Amino acid sequence: MDLLRATTGWLLDPSHLVGPDGIPTRLEQHVAICVVSLFVAAAIALPIGTFIGHTGRGAFAAINLANIGRAVPSYAVMVMVLPVALSLSPKYGLDVIPTFTAMTLLAIPPILVNTFAGLRQVDPDLVEAGRGMGMRERQLLLRLELPLALPVVLGGVRTAAVQVVATATLGAELGGGGLGRYIVDGIARQEDDRLLTGVFLVAALALTTEAAFAVASRVLTSAGVRRTARAGLDTER
Amino acid sequence: MNGKPLIDWAWVGQHLDDIAMRTVQHLEIALIAIVVGFAISFGLSLWAVRYRRAFAPITGVAGVLYTIPSLALFAALVPITRLSLLTAEIPLVVYTQLILIRNIVAGFDAVPSDVVETANGMGFGRTERLWRIELPLAIPLIVAGLRLASVSTIGLVTVAALLGDKFGGLGVFITDGLQTFFPTKVYVGAVLSVALALVVDLAFVILQRQLTPWSRAQDAPTGREQRTPGSLAGV
Repeated sequence: MDLLRATTGWLLDPSHLVGPDGIPTRLEQHVAICVVSLFVAAAIALPIGTFIGHTGRGAFAAINLANIGRAVPSYAVMVMVLPVALSLSPKYGLDVIPTFTAMTLLAIPPILVNTFAGLRQVDPDLVEAGRGMGMRERQLLLRLELPLALPVVLGGVRTAAVQVVATATLGAELGGGGLGRYIVDGIARQEDDRLLTGVFLVAALALTTEAAFAVASRVLTSAGVRRTARAGLDTER
Repeated sequence: MNGKPLIDWAWVGQHLDDIAMRTVQHLEIALIAIVVGFAISFGLSLWAVRYRRAFAPITGVAGVLYTIPSLALFAALVPITRLSLLTAEIPLVVYTQLILIRNIVAGFDAVPSDVVETANGMGFGRTERLWRIELPLAIPLIVAGLRLASVSTIGLVTVAALLGDKFGGLGVFITDGLQTFFPTKVYVGAVLSVALALVVDLAFVILQRQLTPWSRAQDAPTGREQRTPGSLAGV
């Protein structure tokens, strides 16, 4: 309980709310790298997932590649990218680039697999019906398949986002910013209140992300689809 | 790192013993977590399947635990469990729960209600039906969950290396390599941990084929006509 009080004290100490190591700065760094990585990952995974889900072509290769991607530990990616990143940019090579690369790679598999799975789950009879009504491939995809697949697709983005928020913490191990800073520094300086503040803030941010996506998914999904939609097979850390 | 080859093969040759030891250690730590994690999640899933109301709270708690960064959980346990094996295993077990529970429950849910009714009609009791009818039919999704959980667990063992070299498995090479600016170690650690994950993943695929001989005939390539959600996780 002392630890809890100490952590609350640390969290509420006004001096921790300002400056380069203040909570707002660290939060901003954390969110920035997560958002950018997630956008880049989505820009890569959504088109590929849509293509293989719609056409069924290349599914085996893409899904297996995504599974291999899941096997690569983020921490290992960061460390492996480090030498290349440092030679590319001494300024951002140590913190931004390794974390960004690892987080993008982390986010691609869940988005890709769920986009593919979401499109595959669309009832083939509906696609046939759409075709019978004279819809073109483009219309089938944009107006029929994607809206029906949306809850599963968003489920993948949500999984990816939560994982990225939680895992971006590791970037601090290499000297990156973000909320992981408190955890790594807390361990190094043996300051448990600092460490637990970091744990609390990252967990809170991850839960907020999860909740935000849950709301977004409800709002974006059409009422008819909402009923049947349950994305369940999309989790991975 | 300038001009030197990326991988110093001579070092690899001289340290094969060390590499083998770390690989085995990595596998051991991961397997303990997977076995314990599976036992716990299986119990919780059976509870959730029988008492539907328990499902939301169970996955809710597992979901919250899942959002705690691995580095943070490992570190937060050090004051409590010291540098014992438990410090590595508790987080690893915790992180398997959400994946496994969701998949196990989904597996039981995917059993067609006709089959359940048929079993009832044949006089199966609740428990007997569960073990002899529902469980075998749920195996594909359960194994899909085990595959995801084991791949992520094997990856997470590398993070445990940040606590010290006692139980980081191949991750110890990664942290050492980083600290001493010796890329060979980093690559050895990273490549072997990925390879280990893939081997274990493959082992589960083979296990599933052995456990579900009836599904082999249906293992067709993903065609338009075959789109059961259950087959997706196992693609």
